[in-house]
Amino acid sequence: MEDILTTIRLTLMLAFVSTFILLVVSTPIAWWLVHSRAKWKEVVAAIVALPLVLPPTVLGFYLLIALGPQGPGGWLAGLVGGRSMAFTFEGLVIGSVIYSLPFVVQPLRNAFAAIGQRPLEVAATLGASPRDAFLSVALPLAWPGFITGAVLGFAHTLGEFGVVLMIGGNIPGETRVISVAIYDYVENLQWREAHLLTAGMLLFSFLVIFTTMKLTQKTGRASW
Amino acid sequence: MRDAREKIDGAFNGQFDDFRLEAQFSVPASGVTGIYGPSGCGKTSLLRCLAGLVKCQGTLSFRGQIWQDTAQRILKKPHERRVGYVFQEPSLFPHLSVQQNLSFGLERARRANTAVSVKQEDVVNFLKVESLLARAPQDLSGGERQRVAIGRALLSQPQLLLLDEPLSALDDTARKEIMTCLEDISSRFALPVFYVSHDMREIERLADTLLLMDAGKVIGSGPLTVLQSDPALPLYHASDSAVTISGRVQRLDEHYHLAEVVIPGGTLTISGQNLSSGDNLRLSIKASDVSFVSEPAPATSILNCLPGRIVSVAPCQRDAGHVIVQVALGQAGDGARVLGRITRKSCDRLELQADKPVYAQIKSIAVMR
Repeated sequence: MEDILTTIRLTLMLAFVSTFILLVVSTPIAWWLVHSRAKWKEVVAAIVALPLVLPPTVLGFYLLIALGPQGPGGWLAGLVGGRSMAFTFEGLVIGSVIYSLPFVVQPLRNAFAAIGQRPLEVAATLGASPRDAFLSVALPLAWPGFITGAVLGFAHTLGEFGVVLMIGGNIPGETRVISVAIYDYVENLQWREAHLLTAGMLLFSFLVIFTTMKLTQKTGRASW
Repeated sequence: MRDAREKIDGAFNGQFDDFRLEAQFSVPASGVTGIYGPSGCGKTSLLRCLAGLVKCQGTLSFRGQIWQDTAQRILKKPHERRVGYVFQEPSLFPHLSVQQNLSFGLERARRANTAVSVKQEDVVNFLKVESLLARAPQDLSGGERQRVAIGRALLSQPQLLLLDEPLSALDDTARKEIMTCLEDISSRFALPVFYVSHDMREIERLADTLLLMDAGKVIGSGPLTVLQSDPALPLYHASDSAVTISGRVQRLDEHYHLAEVVIPGGTLTISGQNLSSGDNLRLSIKASDVSFVSEPAPATSILNCLPGRIVSVAPCQRDAGHVIVQVALGQAGDGARVLGRITRKSCDRLELQADKPVYAQIKSIAVMR
């Protein structure tokens, strides 16, 4: 039971931290994708969307190399006296953010695109600088997109399996998340624990989706 | 020549998706400047360049302030220009109440330490939006929304107000209501206004100065009446060509319900409905309502028969059977100009030519405002 609680705590921690970083990173990317006239912006869009189609093990493999002692992750770890970022919580966060990026960027991009240029032009003629217009007009109008993106990013991070296994392994209290734990329990024929976690995930996922739908219904526009 | 501080001078040169804008103009920085032309001629693009919403090459100075000079790498951003812009669609912020929409520009003007000369209560009374303040934009009618949008632009303390066909998406009732406000807006708030329209009736009611556009170019600019009576411009040849004349009600004839209106070079008699002595009017006389006689007719139902002198006789470009005669009213030919469309045959029979004295019979006169 102690194991399960540690696993749940770690998983939620990973999901919250990843979702926060995802929102921070995705907002400028989505904004740029909507408003840039650069010819290569669709290339960037494709790279961001890549995790949608890439097998998680492929992504995990490259991440493992990047985070390992020979990669930039290892170099980063070296700064704080470590050897590698693979098989660490920080490594998992980086992996999750990359893996879930399209699930957050896409709803934000849709939301920003739905607003269009007009409200921003109106704001500009009313004396609002681009920064001011973004904060006072674009953000509030794109709110449903942020909710959708946050929920998708959160849920997707909760459920990832392949990437975690490749770069995190299965270290209790460090990298062992619910999805990996379920697999483990089943493999060891610990059906009771497996049932507990899977039923919990099912209920939790339902509640999250249901609340989001209610929330976005109220504001009138869901962007998925 | 006017001082640059009383003018708006621009020369734009830009390639847009489907046409090229090459517009040069110099108009007074006061009153209403109408921008008129067929759809797709670049009226809106010109307005967007004035606001800085689109980038193009060229120069723009407003009352001597340089807003744009691309050769010097000067290009003021829209939020640094202090222009009020009213779009075709009201474009209110849906996440803000009517009051918050109105305050949006005002707050930013205060933050930028702009002197507040347009006050909330003036605008609210002027546009009659008092009862709407607590509502959400979604709950307003189209006309109400556009009134709020105009108020929001006014409250941002603009130096210049740009109106892009603000009535085109509205029904007739709303259009009439807002039109009455627009007539006074420039003088009431001491604000130069640019008004884009493809409806000559609106231009005749509102504009003092006209920018006439075609295919991305300004083909004529100047006082409305002058452009209307210029044979080189398309307005002169249009099937509904007309001239706009300002006048003042001198006397009301209670018995016949008529009003005598003094215009440059003569006095017109028009229906006295809803008029009072001393009213300043803007009249429109269509070329198709004007005919000419060499002597005043002894018996006719037409009340207005004014002496004048022919300025020009030009064949109508749209119709080989007709000519359009421009006459300056008054014995000396120094009054207001009117146009008359007559057949070429009548023209030959009366031997009409420049400088010849004639009498203009005016069958009907529209009071624009």
